[in-house]
Amino acid sequence: MYSEKVMDHFMHPRNVGEIENASGVGTVGNAKCGDIMKVYLQIEDGIIKDAKFKTFGCGAAVATSSMATELVIGKTIEEALKITNKSVAEALDGLPPVKMHCSLLAEESLHAALWDYAQKNNITIEGLKKPVEDVHDHDHDLEEDEEGIN
Amino acid sequence: MNKIYFDNAATTPVHKEVVEAMLPYFTENFGNPSSVYQIAQINKKAVDDSRETIAKAIGAQANEIFFTSGGSEADNWAIKGIALAHKNKGNHIITTKIEHHAVLHTCEFLEKNGFEVTYLDVDENGMVHPEDVEAAIKETTILISIMYANNEIGTINPIKEIGAIAKAHKIPFHTDAVQAIGQVRIDVKEENIDLLSLSAHKINGPKGMGVLYIRRGLKIENLIHGGAQERGRRAGTENVPGIVGLAKAMEIAYTDFEAKIEKMTALRDKLIKGLLENIPYTKLNGHPTMRLANNSNIGVEYVEGESLLLLLDMNGISGSSGSACTSGSLDPSHVLLAIGIPHERAHGSIRLTLGSQNTEEEIDKVIEVMPGIVQRMRDMSPLWEEVVKNNKQ
Repeated sequence: MYSEKVMDHFMHPRNVGEIENASGVGTVGNAKCGDIMKVYLQIEDGIIKDAKFKTFGCGAAVATSSMATELVIGKTIEEALKITNKSVAEALDGLPPVKMHCSLLAEESLHAALWDYAQKNNITIEGLKKPVEDVHDHDHDLEEDEEGIN
Repeated sequence: MNKIYFDNAATTPVHKEVVEAMLPYFTENFGNPSSVYQIAQINKKAVDDSRETIAKAIGAQANEIFFTSGGSEADNWAIKGIALAHKNKGNHIITTKIEHHAVLHTCEFLEKNGFEVTYLDVDENGMVHPEDVEAAIKETTILISIMYANNEIGTINPIKEIGAIAKAHKIPFHTDAVQAIGQVRIDVKEENIDLLSLSAHKINGPKGMGVLYIRRGLKIENLIHGGAQERGRRAGTENVPGIVGLAKAMEIAYTDFEAKIEKMTALRDKLIKGLLENIPYTKLNGHPTMRLANNSNIGVEYVEGESLLLLLDMNGISGSSGSACTSGSLDPSHVLLAIGIPHERAHGSIRLTLGSQNTEEEIDKVIEVMPGIVQRMRDMSPLWEEVVKNNKQ
């Protein structure tokens, strides 16, 4: 069901951990929905020098967190803002349709960390919106199908 | 790497003897049982004998056994067939919140078509209380459908007591026994069961083969209209190899039954104990003793079920989970939610179900491997971070 790249990032996640005194920290998702991502960014001179994450979630959630941190390291803030859920999913050679919301979580957690950085430094990052509390809210309305285990 | 299969509640490998029994009915004995010539009559006899074997195994008569394409079809037929045949008497159906989707979605379909359904609550162990069934009965109740044993948490319901209540109120009683068959001795007469669904592939038989037992004299609408097969109630040329396979699987399942169940229960309890003792923040889901011999379902806090399954799979171990991420939706198992487990814990549940082929060495291997996997996932979980922090304070 998952691409080889997803499995690789799930089995060997890059950048797991925390950054002490990080420039920005963002947490999105909640345990009720089954996934939480926490992203730490180290930003110097407008460049993202380092990124770490901790994730509670399924294979896709772990793999997209790992890929998102990999993509963001070395980028400027403006470039980082261009990382979307689609680009994360594409970098992983795609995700199953029901798992696309996991990549949304990755995008949102990066934005939340950048927002935290902007708040701490009293700056405005153009194009960055205040992170939504729960990215799942709208998803629940979209997906009504349910299948149990047989 | 040796593959360890612990998802026998999902399906089972077909027993070698079952395959051998089936094989001639694909090739030399290919005749249509409805035909008059000799090669067809061999098949007619095979179908009749199989019906007899299956009937005997559940305390029924041969003319009360109706072949279907599986458990889901049997559930659909039982519920829709009774609802349609008795709609002049009433429109109320009693079932539970923990049924298989083959029952739940059929009931929802009927609700859209003018029927009223009561979905009973279960207790924290997943058990239905007979007094709740009785209290839900109305003048208009035409069917009670309650599963024999639950597919996710393995809890076995007090079917005999519920059957007695249904009988006293003269209401048809259906039970989905897909998981219970082969693991519990069932006697439909003694337990006052009017309709019972079972499936072959859960007991080392072939997929696509099931039975609906219908008590003689019970009025039910026909399912498939066509030829005279299954006495006109379920038309279509018989799946002769499947029928022979199911009968053989039933025969094997109930041979040396008590000894096999005792052995499997001991293995199950070793697995449950081993996991609960070796992994902190875990809890057994379902009833501790009134549960199927093959079922273990463990709630593992601060991990997500699908990740756990993927990592177990990497170690050659197959299981399943009640997590939303394994269900193609965002909601975890309706069964776990019905027994009062909060969403966050339901996502971290894992079901390991034993089969006749599993060994004690395989149980040991799971107990050895799983604690490390869980710890690895917890170490990268922001939820666990908080647990560790709180414990330090």
